[in-house]
Amino acid sequence: MKFGVVTFPGSNCDYDCFNVVKRVLKQPVEFIWHAENKLDHFDCIILPGGFSYGDYLRCGAIAKFSGIMGEIIKYANEGRGLVIGICNGFQILTESGLLPGALQRNESLKFICRNVHLKCENNKTPFTNKLKKNQVLRVPIAHGEGNFIADQSTILELKKNKQIVFTYCDEKGQVNDASNPNGSMLNIAGICNKKRNVLGMMPHPERCSEEILGGIDGKLIFNSILASK
Amino acid sequence: MFNVHVYVRMKKGLLDPQGKAIEGALKSLGYDQIQDVSVGKLIEMKIKAKTKAEAGKKIEEMSKKLLANPVIEIFNYEIEDIRQAQSKEATSK
Repeated sequence: MKFGVVTFPGSNCDYDCFNVVKRVLKQPVEFIWHAENKLDHFDCIILPGGFSYGDYLRCGAIAKFSGIMGEIIKYANEGRGLVIGICNGFQILTESGLLPGALQRNESLKFICRNVHLKCENNKTPFTNKLKKNQVLRVPIAHGEGNFIADQSTILELKKNKQIVFTYCDEKGQVNDASNPNGSMLNIAGICNKKRNVLGMMPHPERCSEEILGGIDGKLIFNSILASK
Repeated sequence: MFNVHVYVRMKKGLLDPQGKAIEGALKSLGYDQIQDVSVGKLIEMKIKAKTKAEAGKKIEEMSKKLLANPVIEIFNYEIEDIRQAQSKEATSK
């Protein structure tokens, strides 16, 4: 399965993603520079975390007009492959309209960098098929703007179409205010599109896919992607 | 040529942490009279257009496309003809 990792000016998790695909999954992977406008031979595109374009104006707002994003929007809409946006990548996906809603400043006003627990709300996606429904994962977050918000009709749509893929929970899988790190509506940590080929999530699975990094729960997500083909 | 000010604000009722922080700081300075502090963005630019209406149309378009995110923000703008602005300045001198 051929992966592409997009590098925007200011991306800083691109090498982490590249490393996981190449060394852990042992799959072919290439960096894609943001100014490129060809996306022919990839099965999965990763939009990595970081601060694309310095987070100027709004997180992800400038990136959506980079050469490559126009292609990625077409790629996703035509169902040519999978797109996963992690952290800043999730912000870019909402700004681009590939996913609904927006990510605003954390309720605590603080940048949060720590492990959280995630509950798999939907395991019938190409990104979660190796997980059990309600399975709890431990994955780190590192963001200042991860507070998911959407209007009421969008939230209803997300629920109805089972597009909520991950929610923040405690280690027992309880989804409540105490387990919500950033104020996200319904504790939302990750959502997919209706077609199920685009996933955005704030937590970083690429930072917990090797034992040496303290956990391998993130690998389940990458393994699901592999199993989806 | 027109001078443009685009104001982008958070929608009412949404979290505005900068506003909250500033309100807290102002109150700690003793300004107890204040409330509802919010912070927005001012984006200034010059735009070439034949008429004010034409300029307004373009600004509207770019605000929706890029400057504001309709999910969380609202925008409004002011347009001023640069020549009129200059003559106003000249008369006031």
